[in-house]
Amino acid sequence: MDLDYNIEGGDFTHAGEASSHLKKILKSLNLDSGLIRRTVVSMYEAEVNVVAHAWSGDIHVNIRPDQIHITITDSGPGIPDLELAMQKGYSTASPAVREMGFGAGMGLPNIKENSDFMDITSKPGSGTIMKIVNQIKR
Amino acid sequence: MKVAELIEKLNLTVFESGENMNRELTGGYASDLLSDVMGKTKPDMVWITLQSHVNIIAVASLKDLAAIIIVHGQVPPSEVIEKACAEGITLLGTESDTFLTAAKVYQCLFSDGTGTR
Ligand SMILES: Nc1ncnc2c1ncn2[C@@H]1O[C@H](COP(=O)(O)OP(=O)(O)OP(=O)(O)O)[C@@H](O)[C@H]1O
Ligand SMILES: [Mg+2]
Repeated sequence: MDLDYNIEGGDFTHAGEASSHLKKILKSLNLDSGLIRRTVVSMYEAEVNVVAHAWSGDIHVNIRPDQIHITITDSGPGIPDLELAMQKGYSTASPAVREMGFGAGMGLPNIKENSDFMDITSKPGSGTIMKIVNQIKR
Repeated sequence: MKVAELIEKLNLTVFESGENMNRELTGGYASDLLSDVMGKTKPDMVWITLQSHVNIIAVASLKDLAAIIIVHGQVPPSEVIEKACAEGITLLGTESDTFLTAAKVYQCLFSDGTGTR
């Protein structure tokens, strides 16, 4: 099964809607609730990162019998130092975004903890591609 | 303790009753940082926060939290209440602050001192 979503940079009102939709789909497939939570937490953090840090993005979800693949591609400033960005507490979020409770620098660490595989490719000045894979154990 | 009992004990305001009134609470978490809540909460916890914007509903829904308590007597905007209704999230409020609310929730849930979270 394939699902596609668009994300608009700066649009916090709708941030998380793609993840909420995916959760409903995964629930209807009767997958393990722990796996569902891990998967939607990962996708939510990646989705919000596009809203908070990039200009626009696409999410592609591919649900296979044994794995869930999520690819988030954005146009945006990219991530110049991936190692630094992965550190807990590192954030370049604006003061306005921080006031809403974003910008703790915990999103990327959350993705790492809640996914079985995570990969970021980024081209500074152009955009970021994030791949997340979770294993379906039956 | 069920969500409905906690509401009565703490005299909480109900902005939206949602679908979780009969859920048995497993614990609580107090934080205003959304990705902290995303990372650290467990299902059926009650979340205490001063954030009252629409994104708290998605966080509670994605993490299967039992309820949100908004502190300082803040009234969430109507679109937040509508979203809570649509997602079945139990949205509550108190005049009290985070510290006192967390203390009272702890007392209600773990008054026998066996609280393990
Ligand atoms: N899609 C992206 N495009 C550009 N920069 C990004 C992107 N995702 C993450 N970053 C950079 O990596 C940093 C760390 O990201 P992370 O998600 O861990 O924290 P945050 O988004 O700042 O705060 P939080 O996720 O806790 O709300 C960000 O502050 C930003 O500088
Ligand atoms: Mg983030």
